[in-house]
Amino acid sequence: MKILICISNVPDTTTKIRFVDNNAKFDTNGVQWIINPWDELALTRALELKEASGGAIEKISIISVGGTGAEPTMRKALAIGADDAIRVNAEATDAYFVAFQIAEAVKEENYDLIIAGIESSDYNGSAVGGMLAEFLGIPSVSSVSKIEMADGGISLVREIDGGSEVIGTQLPFVAIIQKGITLEPRIPNMRGIMMARKKPLKVVEPTAAEMLTEFVDYDLPPAKAACKMVDPENMKELVNLLHTEAKVI
Amino acid sequence: MNFEFTEEQIMIRDAARDFAQRDLITDVIERDTNAEYPTKHIQTLSELGFMGMMVDPKYDGGGMDTVSYILAMEEISKIDASVSVIMSVNNSLVCYGLGKYGTEEQKQKYLPDLATGRKIGAYLLSEPEAGSDATMQRTTAEDKGDYYLLNGTKNWITSANAGSIYLVIAQTHPEKKHHGINAFIVEKETPGISLGPHEDKMGMRSSDTHSVMFTDVKVPKENRIGEDGFGFKFAMKALEAGRIGIAAQALGLASGALERSIQYSKERKAFGTEIANHQAIAFKIADMAVKVENARNLCLKAAWLKDNGKSFSLVGSMAKQYCADIAMEVTTEAVQIHGGYGYVKEYHVERLMREAKLTQIYEGTSEIQKIVISRALLRD
Repeated sequence: MKILICISNVPDTTTKIRFVDNNAKFDTNGVQWIINPWDELALTRALELKEASGGAIEKISIISVGGTGAEPTMRKALAIGADDAIRVNAEATDAYFVAFQIAEAVKEENYDLIIAGIESSDYNGSAVGGMLAEFLGIPSVSSVSKIEMADGGISLVREIDGGSEVIGTQLPFVAIIQKGITLEPRIPNMRGIMMARKKPLKVVEPTAAEMLTEFVDYDLPPAKAACKMVDPENMKELVNLLHTEAKVI
Repeated sequence: MNFEFTEEQIMIRDAARDFAQRDLITDVIERDTNAEYPTKHIQTLSELGFMGMMVDPKYDGGGMDTVSYILAMEEISKIDASVSVIMSVNNSLVCYGLGKYGTEEQKQKYLPDLATGRKIGAYLLSEPEAGSDATMQRTTAEDKGDYYLLNGTKNWITSANAGSIYLVIAQTHPEKKHHGINAFIVEKETPGISLGPHEDKMGMRSSDTHSVMFTDVKVPKENRIGEDGFGFKFAMKALEAGRIGIAAQALGLASGALERSIQYSKERKAFGTEIANHQAIAFKIADMAVKVENARNLCLKAAWLKDNGKSFSLVGSMAKQYCADIAMEVTTEAVQIHGGYGYVKEYHVERLMREAKLTQIYEGTSEIQKIVISRALLRD
């Protein structure tokens, strides 16, 4: 069995967000890049499955659409334990474009299971996983919170409103995962870090495709108002402030 | 000149940071209060490969350079210097000493266990009456033909209880003074070894420190490191490398205190504004940052010299002395910036201050470093 993990290269969650070009472009100056947290959990879970599979899972590949700047992030995924990597050499801005590029790059590779994070922490589009399955003509399951090997296939638990569904599937398919798929991302060890440079990282050129969206303008959310501390003994003042200042009661 | 780190070095720094901020932070205050050994954290540290990160991969080590080691030590020490001292002793005193001066048989027998953290190493040089003056070894190693017989007491031994591979310095030929000293690999389970009580320390309380007593302990001849009489030189060479690790630990204490002070001063308000807007605080932060940057550069230079096969003794001593001294200054200022909150455990900086004090004392006091530095400059 072969597993593919889709990896987004995203700004560290503590990054100070700034924009340039009349607020139409994200300023990447000084940004620390990380593996999208959902994708990092997906990779960790895939490694857990591989380690417990007794050889049934032969390979875990990663794919990312991005420029050379995405390579350190991809190499970290290799250090964590992925076996090889594919980078589609194009900037990732439009979900349709990204899904199309991934599909084009892997359509001949016959992956049995493709895992995508439910969203990326930068644009939170939540679109690539589903589109990718459509391009490849295979099923997809969204909001997956558990993924286990089962006889001849894979068993999934999917979060639904007020409960969960257990789903059995046929391979191949795309699993679109939530946080909770595993407890925490794996930290790469020395051996993994040392091996990462030796693992294959293939670069493929993008296939011509139109982008269906473009960013016109970004707006930052309004600055958070200062926090006012009220003595826990002084409930009267709290109620008064909620009524007269915050005007919520 | 290139101040850029490699991709691997950045990955190692980030791995150390993730480990420290995910795992160590959760119980660091509790372990400090209870003087509790970080068993599970040392296990994780071992699994990640940090316990023997510079050891040759053919002995199951990480094969990383000293610059990577500095980066990892700084990140771990920002959160927990008790864990980083266990890591430092294992890496830069025990594994380095064995890797550089051990025989092939000794390396094959001991390094894989040490490098993977299956066994923890300890370095036994200090004695009740031999601290800075390490030539005055009272522990004896009598040559009995096919073995040595060890008798004496060693003091302030990091990992004395958790560790099981000891590197012991002892006197074989008292008439030859320090030229008669030898170094031995001693397994803790050897009959005749006993531990003194756990030392109740001011800081680094989560690392276990004991005295170790040797009573007629038989050590096989093949466990001596180097030629007869090489022990003092061995001890000093191991300390030269160890200093870089402790310098990086002190750096981490200082940079951790600086990071906490920056965060606190942007949140805490006094006289109607964040205290960061008061020049008295802002200038403290500036002074602390300059010291931390200088300290980091000295550490990295010492590491670079070592990685490139150049003499690192002088810069290593400079790094140890400077980093330790500024760690004391910076952590003290951090407590001052935090005011009353700095004096309670919840805000961490009082612990960093207690821990910084030890970096001025162990693996060569600041005064000893000044002897090394001044001699190197004045005796030529």
